[in-house]
Amino acid sequence: MNNNKNWIDQRFPLTKVWNEHLAEYYTPRNFNFWYFFGSLAMLVLVIQIVTGIFLTMHFKPDAIHAFASVEYIMRDVNWGWLIRYLHSTGASAFFVVIYLHIHRSLLYGSYKTPRELIWILGMVLYIALMAEAFMGYVLPWGQMSYWGAQVIISLFGSVPIFGPDILTFILGDYAVGDPVLNRFFSLHVIALPLILVILVFLHIVALHTVGSNNPDGIEIKKIKNKEGIPKDGVPFHPYYSVKDIVGVVVFLMIFSAVVFFAPAMNGYFLESSNFIEANPLQTPNHIAPLWYLTPFYSILRAIPPMFGSQFPGVVGMFASLLILIALPWLDRSKVKSIRYRSWPYKIALGIFVISFIILGYLGMQPVTPINALLARVFTFTYFGFFILMPWFTSIGKTKSLPIRVTE
Amino acid sequence: MSEQEIDLKKRRFLTSATSVVGAIGVGFVLVPFLSSWMPSARAKAAGAPIDVDISKLNNGQLVRVLWRKKPVWIFKRDKKTIENLITLNSILTDPNSNEVSQQPKYAQNPYRSINPDVAVIIGVCTHLGCSPTYRPEIGASDLGGKSWKGGFYCPCHGSKFDLAGRVYTGVPAPTNLVIPPYHFVADSLIRIGVDPKA
Amino acid sequence: MKNKVYILLIAVVILIFSFNASASDNEIHLDQANTDINDKKSLRRGAKLFMNYCSGCHSIQFMRYNRIGKDLNIADAEIEKHFILGNEKIGETITSAMSVTDANQWFGISPDLSLVSRSKGVDWIYSYLHGFYKDNSRIFGVNNHILKNVSMPDVLWKLKQDKSNKKFDQDIRDITNFLDYVGEPAKLVRFNLGIKVLGFLLILFIFSYLLKIEYWKDIKYGKWRAKH
Repeated sequence: MNNNKNWIDQRFPLTKVWNEHLAEYYTPRNFNFWYFFGSLAMLVLVIQIVTGIFLTMHFKPDAIHAFASVEYIMRDVNWGWLIRYLHSTGASAFFVVIYLHIHRSLLYGSYKTPRELIWILGMVLYIALMAEAFMGYVLPWGQMSYWGAQVIISLFGSVPIFGPDILTFILGDYAVGDPVLNRFFSLHVIALPLILVILVFLHIVALHTVGSNNPDGIEIKKIKNKEGIPKDGVPFHPYYSVKDIVGVVVFLMIFSAVVFFAPAMNGYFLESSNFIEANPLQTPNHIAPLWYLTPFYSILRAIPPMFGSQFPGVVGMFASLLILIALPWLDRSKVKSIRYRSWPYKIALGIFVISFIILGYLGMQPVTPINALLARVFTFTYFGFFILMPWFTSIGKTKSLPIRVTE
Repeated sequence: MSEQEIDLKKRRFLTSATSVVGAIGVGFVLVPFLSSWMPSARAKAAGAPIDVDISKLNNGQLVRVLWRKKPVWIFKRDKKTIENLITLNSILTDPNSNEVSQQPKYAQNPYRSINPDVAVIIGVCTHLGCSPTYRPEIGASDLGGKSWKGGFYCPCHGSKFDLAGRVYTGVPAPTNLVIPPYHFVADSLIRIGVDPKA
Repeated sequence: MKNKVYILLIAVVILIFSFNASASDNEIHLDQANTDINDKKSLRRGAKLFMNYCSGCHSIQFMRYNRIGKDLNIADAEIEKHFILGNEKIGETITSAMSVTDANQWFGISPDLSLVSRSKGVDWIYSYLHGFYKDNSRIFGVNNHILKNVSMPDVLWKLKQDKSNKKFDQDIRDITNFLDYVGEPAKLVRFNLGIKVLGFLLILFIFSYLLKIEYWKDIKYGKWRAKH
């Protein structure tokens, strides 16, 4: 056993990697509930990759056969229904986990110095994940897949001057059709998963270079014992590995409950119109993207066309995503964690979270005058959170930080 | 802070209990993924029994039909051919069809068929899966001249079979060609894929 | 305080999202179908009614004859005798007896019903089948409350005439139930399996939780450093 280990260690830094990232990676001992979601996001990524590999074996990326091939998976392939439900539920679970993971970051200031790069990598991951999810949703080639693709791709057509050319380039045809399905399949199955895996790797390498933040938002590396080990740190393995296993099992229970008892989740995870094959002659009465994209869809619709172009709405939608990347530089507060922040930040974060949820809700609803007004109000507060951040993070009295982490 | 000793025994028990239950869980998860590779309902439906009408088949004539994506030969043998079959025993590997897996029980006879005059054989070489060619002409010079009483020759690696699908000695193929389950629905209607009713 | 904020937030989110995502599509009032997918007798009756009254025009192209037999415990021989009208094989999918071109000439398109329960819901099917009323301005002399100006005759009129209201309602419920099953055959097994999976995970939870408690005693008593 030991001989084998030596043989490998002389050729590959196995023990070194194990120690640096698990057995001697010192993690703050005061992690709470919010710190489960990083490892859970990795778990969901694995679920998606494994189930995706098996779905790819039976799916046909062809406008004529795609819809029927999904039903073939649901009925004729042994256990195909389970594999497909794991994948479709996994997509929504991914976003549930990621939104909670991002929320943790906002609560405890995990994006602040020295963790800006982790945050940026995370945001790029988030955007890549949205692209991945959107393209995956097009593949079953139902009515929602088709018309959702139509709407989202049309956004690119609103770009001034180059719009029509960009549109043709993406479509490879005169309208959404077989070429789109085929190229989205390729991107969904190969390109984006590859990018996601690489980004996750970089995200973790960056994290392990600076070390994890914690609910108190203080750096545990500042206080070390004689051996140079942070006094408030514990080795990730076995302490956090056994803790994360508990988190994984609880997550799997909730996840399985959805997969087996409500895989369509009342139309939120699998929309009923998507059980009708794509029909270019007829748009469904009501189309909306899946729930995880609706906050941004709401912002798109909230911004009125200007100069006879939909482009400002598109710019607004992309701006609402890209502005997240600037967060580390917009936050002027001296403390990281919400536990020690001044009250203006607490209120602003509360308003931001509520705005995001309400925008998400409005994005699923048909546009009515009241909904349109609400969407504008909350688009305003959404952007307000970022634009006013340098101001509200520098006013008010912060509490004094503890020297050691609190229980 | 109380000085409590680490209960290593308990720790070891819980570690192995969690690992064992977890491993069983992984085992369960493997089942649906591996089963998804087994033939789907569509593949099974496509592999359903097929009916072949042989009323227009002449002696010596061979038809090829697809059953479960494999070629199945059906051909008629005249009296002379049937008599020749018995003379070949000494140069065949398994003349009496003792290898049980190569034919149903009702085809374990010198003709390897239900009726001596109608042969039904899966046309896939038992060596590496090529489909042998039909060479009924007696005494073909490229196949051993005088000793060749008609049969099948595999172009891939040169295996030879007689007109009952029995393999010759000294060729790469180890066993006789496979006889599929089949029965006569009517005098000249064969159903391939179903055994005769007992 | 902080926890209360989150509980309130979660409650509001659940409230908002508990409405069906596509509820806004339907302003028409639908009656509750109250079908029970585990009622095999109802499914078998529904299957027979469907084959007799619906399958002449409507296919269920993703469903196989022998799958119905296997799932609803109907012998192959009976399927071949009562369900298969043409010379299809038992493993084949259920296409309608009417050719597509005939259908287009007579009615426009009679849609495939494999997924109607998933796209429209069982309440819709149930209400639709109940929704026929006399209207002489239409080609078949009937119209429908749920789907205005539908080009489909009231194929069940004879049943409605001959049977008591209660029995006729049961017929419609059986057809609805059958179509619910056709929309997702896995529904017959996934609930049962789900309970087993959750039971298994509960066992795993107990062990892993005890394991976590055991290891974290070290942190509580500052022990882990002893190993270094």
